[in-house]
Amino acid sequence: MDNIAGTKSSLTWAVHLSVVLLVGLWLFPTVGLLVSSFRTADQIATSGWWRALFPSEQNLVLRTGAPSDQTQEGSLYVIEGNLFVEDGKPRPEATISVWGITSQDIAAYSAGDTADRGADGRVTVLENGDYRFEKDSAFEGRRGDRIFVTARTPPEFTLRNYQNVLFDPSNREGMSKAFFNTLTVTIPATIIPILVAAFAAYALAWMDFPGRALLIAAVVALLVVPLQLALIPLLKFHNEIGIGKGYLGAWMAHTGFGLPLAIYLLRNYMVGLPRDIIENARVDGASDFQIFVKIILPLSFPALASFAIFQFLWTWNDLLVALVFLIDSTGETTVMTKQIVELLGTRGGNWEILATSAFVSISVPLLVFFAMQKYLVRGLLAGSVK
Amino acid sequence: MHPAFAGLLTIVIGVGGCIAYYYFSNQFLDRVLFPPKGPNAGRNINRANMIRPWLFLAPALIALGLYLAYPVVETLRLSLTDRSQGGAFVGLDNYRQMASEPKFWEALTNNFLWLLIVPAFSTMFGLLAAQLTDRIGWGAIAKSLIFMPMAISFVGAAVIWKLVYDTRPIDQEQIGVMNAIYLSLGGEAPKTWLTIPFWNSILLMVVLIWIQTGFAMVILSAALRGIPEETVEAAIVDGANPFQVFFQIKMPQIASTIVVVWTTITIVVLKVFDIVFAMTNGQWETQVLANYMYDKLFRANDWGVGSASAMVIMLLVSPILVWNVYNARKEMR
Repeated sequence: MDNIAGTKSSLTWAVHLSVVLLVGLWLFPTVGLLVSSFRTADQIATSGWWRALFPSEQNLVLRTGAPSDQTQEGSLYVIEGNLFVEDGKPRPEATISVWGITSQDIAAYSAGDTADRGADGRVTVLENGDYRFEKDSAFEGRRGDRIFVTARTPPEFTLRNYQNVLFDPSNREGMSKAFFNTLTVTIPATIIPILVAAFAAYALAWMDFPGRALLIAAVVALLVVPLQLALIPLLKFHNEIGIGKGYLGAWMAHTGFGLPLAIYLLRNYMVGLPRDIIENARVDGASDFQIFVKIILPLSFPALASFAIFQFLWTWNDLLVALVFLIDSTGETTVMTKQIVELLGTRGGNWEILATSAFVSISVPLLVFFAMQKYLVRGLLAGSVK
Repeated sequence: MHPAFAGLLTIVIGVGGCIAYYYFSNQFLDRVLFPPKGPNAGRNINRANMIRPWLFLAPALIALGLYLAYPVVETLRLSLTDRSQGGAFVGLDNYRQMASEPKFWEALTNNFLWLLIVPAFSTMFGLLAAQLTDRIGWGAIAKSLIFMPMAISFVGAAVIWKLVYDTRPIDQEQIGVMNAIYLSLGGEAPKTWLTIPFWNSILLMVVLIWIQTGFAMVILSAALRGIPEETVEAAIVDGANPFQVFFQIKMPQIASTIVVVWTTITIVVLKVFDIVFAMTNGQWETQVLANYMYDKLFRANDWGVGSASAMVIMLLVSPILVWNVYNARKEMR
């Protein structure tokens, strides 16, 4: 509609600008979490993530080398080194502007100055973090002295959070286990309802029998029945038939809850398939079973894909069904959403763990979303009750 | 047995079982029960065709009945009984007890607030996004970015927004955007946003609006594109400005779609659980019905009141249920 007479160019600019604003607003929170998951705990705690992309002015507390590192130069005892070297590993380039030797006055000296501490010796700190600490008598004690610096550090990102959350065998968060548990719940819970629903949808779309209209109405009604009503009766039922809490119960529950949407979506799609093809096949002597398997199923692929994505996203992202039907007191079958809620409770301040765990859980649905968005949109359009 | 292996086995058994069931039951019907040959061939074919739909439907009907229809009745029954008295019928006692709890009224009030605000803003932003993105070259990309939160779990969204609302002590640098903005605009001390009653509920609603806007946008954008071009052109020829075109030509034509979007989001709102559970767990006056019910069922272990509150949710959903069924039937005629 760009070229319709009367559309003003100033308005076009306003449109572009508003869309940029809207998209920015919608992306901003997610980007925040993504950026945070690549920062160290220190960085997250000391500056907002939006500063992570630029060099930042940080106040750091660093230590000189331990007295065990001292060397003797004539009558002087000297410790030399670089303040930014930590555990033998150098940190990325940073430039010191001001520094101090007490926490009361952290900006007492400029880079290159020498601080005279009287009997405690003299310290010189250069811009790049090199320092020289000299004293007339030997250094004692186990740890080095504290130096308070104000440094400009370049943006720095790390993959260590992901390493910790996913691969560290000693980590208590157990995200890798939860990841596989989630996958174990999701895949059967996605595939089985599709098959059951496809047959039912075919019957509702192309077979004539008394009560068909009533059944379709019932499916539409069940679409909106809240999951909450099913919790207690089904938990009781699962306990009575002896499967209790576990994968089997979760698979069955997800199948049951996913069916109305599946049947509704698939039926709507199948009804739209050309009547001629099906009637020709009937005339040629194909049975309903053959028609379904050889004609309807292949033609319904887009609808099947739509529902598969819905069900996948829903089961992967689910918390309530997992809490009620899956996770028992041992916690062996915990899923990612539950792990994250637990982290929110116990380690609410540890954003590096939280952000990374959340992103591990979000990444798979996001991949599916961007890869198969076409089918998702198509499903949404067909699935919302008209 | 390793759960992943069990999962694989379940897929094989589930899928194989389903296929075997459908195949063999059809075979049985055609070969054994009513073979289409012999003296009664014609009658047999008719009979087989009468039974076959039910063969196709049986697994789905059993699952639907057991997992959705039966629980409605059973929950209603549970809401009228007391578990501690061995399941004795107690009439409306559970409802009375629920009505005497301030937490329930808080949840109900909040739910109504959610019902007013979330569908309205989601639809509004969705409509805005749909209308704006339809007119520009990179609209598809913009759309998919606004749509993206739909793929994110409520729990993931809770984490994302908790970072936005995060609070640090006053002498530290704020890492939550909201406090950073608040302080830079001249706020005196950082606020713990999620503990300020009323406003914290709004902040939780923001999360759901953020998620649901994409849904509204996708549906409404399709509806906008379905509007006949001639009506818009005629309006422009008659001298209507873009705003008049939008509000007086387009809006009336997509009104029914707006209703669909509104009701669909309303249902999501009524069931909202994860966001509140993960972010505040109903503290600081943010309780909602679904979380209240979870509390009653699994923390207080009170099945009677829990079921009663579930029935309240069902009651709130019912008008939409009836409306949907009515429309579906009208469409089929």
